[in-house]
Amino acid sequence: MALLFEQLLNGLQFGAMLFMLASGLTLIFGIMGVINLTHGSFYMVGAYCGAFALAHTNSFAAGAVAGLAGAALYGLLVEFTVIRRLYKRDHLYQVLATFGLILFTNEAVSMIFGRQPPMVEIPDFLQGTVPLAPGFQYPLMRLAFIVVGALVALGLWFLINRTRVGMLVRAGADDREMVDALGIDIQKLYSVVFGLGALLCGLAGVMAAPLLAVEIGMGERVLITTFVVIVIGGVGSVRGAMAGALLVGMVDSLGRAYFPQLLGAMLSPEVADMLAAGLVSASVYVLMALVLIFRPKGLLG
Amino acid sequence: MVRNMIRGGLCALLFAGAGAAQAQTPVKIGFITTLSTPAGYIGEDERDGFSLAIKQGGGKLGGVPVELVVEDDALKPANAKQAVDRMLQSGIKLYTGVNFSNVLAAVAPSVLRDGAYYVSLNAGPSTFAGEKCDKNYFVASFQNDAYHSAGGAAANELGYKRVVLLAPNYQAGRDALAGFKRTYKGEVLAEIYTKLDQSDFSVEMARVRSLAPDAIYQFHPGGAGINFAKQYANAGLTKTVPMLMPSFSMDGRMLAASGASAEGLYTVGMWTTEMDNPQSSAFVKAFTEAYGRKPTDYGMQAYDTALLIASALKAVNGDLSKGDAFRAALAKADFQTLRGKFRFDTNRHPVQDYYLMRIERSGNGFAPKIVRKVVSDGRDAYVGQCKG
Repeated sequence: MALLFEQLLNGLQFGAMLFMLASGLTLIFGIMGVINLTHGSFYMVGAYCGAFALAHTNSFAAGAVAGLAGAALYGLLVEFTVIRRLYKRDHLYQVLATFGLILFTNEAVSMIFGRQPPMVEIPDFLQGTVPLAPGFQYPLMRLAFIVVGALVALGLWFLINRTRVGMLVRAGADDREMVDALGIDIQKLYSVVFGLGALLCGLAGVMAAPLLAVEIGMGERVLITTFVVIVIGGVGSVRGAMAGALLVGMVDSLGRAYFPQLLGAMLSPEVADMLAAGLVSASVYVLMALVLIFRPKGLLG
Repeated sequence: MVRNMIRGGLCALLFAGAGAAQAQTPVKIGFITTLSTPAGYIGEDERDGFSLAIKQGGGKLGGVPVELVVEDDALKPANAKQAVDRMLQSGIKLYTGVNFSNVLAAVAPSVLRDGAYYVSLNAGPSTFAGEKCDKNYFVASFQNDAYHSAGGAAANELGYKRVVLLAPNYQAGRDALAGFKRTYKGEVLAEIYTKLDQSDFSVEMARVRSLAPDAIYQFHPGGAGINFAKQYANAGLTKTVPMLMPSFSMDGRMLAASGASAEGLYTVGMWTTEMDNPQSSAFVKAFTEAYGRKPTDYGMQAYDTALLIASALKAVNGDLSKGDAFRAALAKADFQTLRGKFRFDTNRHPVQDYYLMRIERSGNGFAPKIVRKVVSDGRDAYVGQCKG
């Protein structure tokens, strides 16, 4: 029982991280129509900037600010120099250009910060575990991750449904010519959305840095899962991204916990473990296939 | 044509006369290793350990000038395969450097098919220790299983009755668990395989917690191991479930990153910076002076490998075409190892001692200190299958 509860929390935490990445990606794709493979790179840039500032100031707050700012500024720079020229182009050009940007970013980051992966300690106030039920402990850092994820979701909901920018974003997603014709500077709106997406990536990077390894190429690894999330949720929908992220997070962590046990009951441990490892890797894609069979536009698309 | 040959011969004679060392073209050594990714520090230590031996020899190994050709495999077998094919085409005959068993599996066959030599400074997968052993393939570090068999012996000594085993799902990970089980007498509650590039172990931590074993034995080299140790401590498991591991799961760099959370943990290995023998102390001092950090096991193994290669190069005066003499010299292992003692088995894998170590304060940081020897003259389980 405790195992199930802990795995649900782990799934929630992974889901929170995927949501931070997927919400920006889906906004950029849904509103601007740009397939942005560089999205994972913003996550990496955020983690590196955060780790760098933390190592030099010893303050987690400074690290967080640097991570968010670094990712957002890099996002704006990329939008200004490259993405801006791709809005009217075919998706294939966008894939090609943003793939090039991944390679560029990886090299640039390793030139600036070095090949050595920086170490990020969990800040003192998030160290250790908290008792959630009698005899049940959960790491505080992971709990904080879940809370931040929830706050991001709330913030995005407020931004999109209750503010003028959000209204324009919704309108722009439906009919960008009309918004343009109404005298709104759609270019500026795009830049804001792109910067916001990058900022959320930076947040995920800063939060993930003490838990996971900060490394070159960390973005690509999570990028594919992020795309799976937005496809499951329905492209362009932030609520869909939320649903997709939670679903993928749960399937991944419950699968990793229970597949080996289920198969272990039937097969020898070596075979069961090997098979389970394969099944767990595949489970997220199986989930995507199932969703697409029954709802070709995604859950909330 | 004949005149050209005579001219060439005369030139060669002249060169030989002009002082053998100066005229000798350096022996190129192909050094493919992992320099990027979180495991990049491993390759760096290996390269630096190997280079240190060359530096100390004034650009030579065993009096023979050498040139190290270093390539990064980024922990991808495909990259390593491309690199080794390039190097083979350029005529390099001697190889070392590969850290990971799955990468080695891509490099070694190409090298051996070409009649070149491979001397492993780390990976010792079971696949090449038994039936598929090759006369040109030497492992100067350890055979994967043998290392973890020592781990099983250590677990017996520590009195752990029920354990959970964790390792990444690749050749060395499977070898690790097989090796551990070969000597371990207690009950294995579960074998948990992780992904090789996994960085978050929350799910595995939860499983360990629910299984509540006496201890865990885990093999996670490189960046994954750092994450594992940090998350293990962060999940509050260090206090309830002790962790035993091979020294690769808590090398010097990882210790520096894990800090006090590693104090009191047990490791199993064949060497530590604290080892009490003169050549080891001299090596640790020289390495620390040269690179500003303490060497890891990887650095030690690379240095030992360089000394081994030096002894063999010396025997043939750098002429790798003298195959039998070169192989015989390698097999003799006539060098001062940092591990105290070292010799080759008939399958050209080491016969050596393993120790149980405990991580304790040492100066400003932490280091494993030897508790006691757990395996004397340990051989691997595959020797018998290697014919020739």
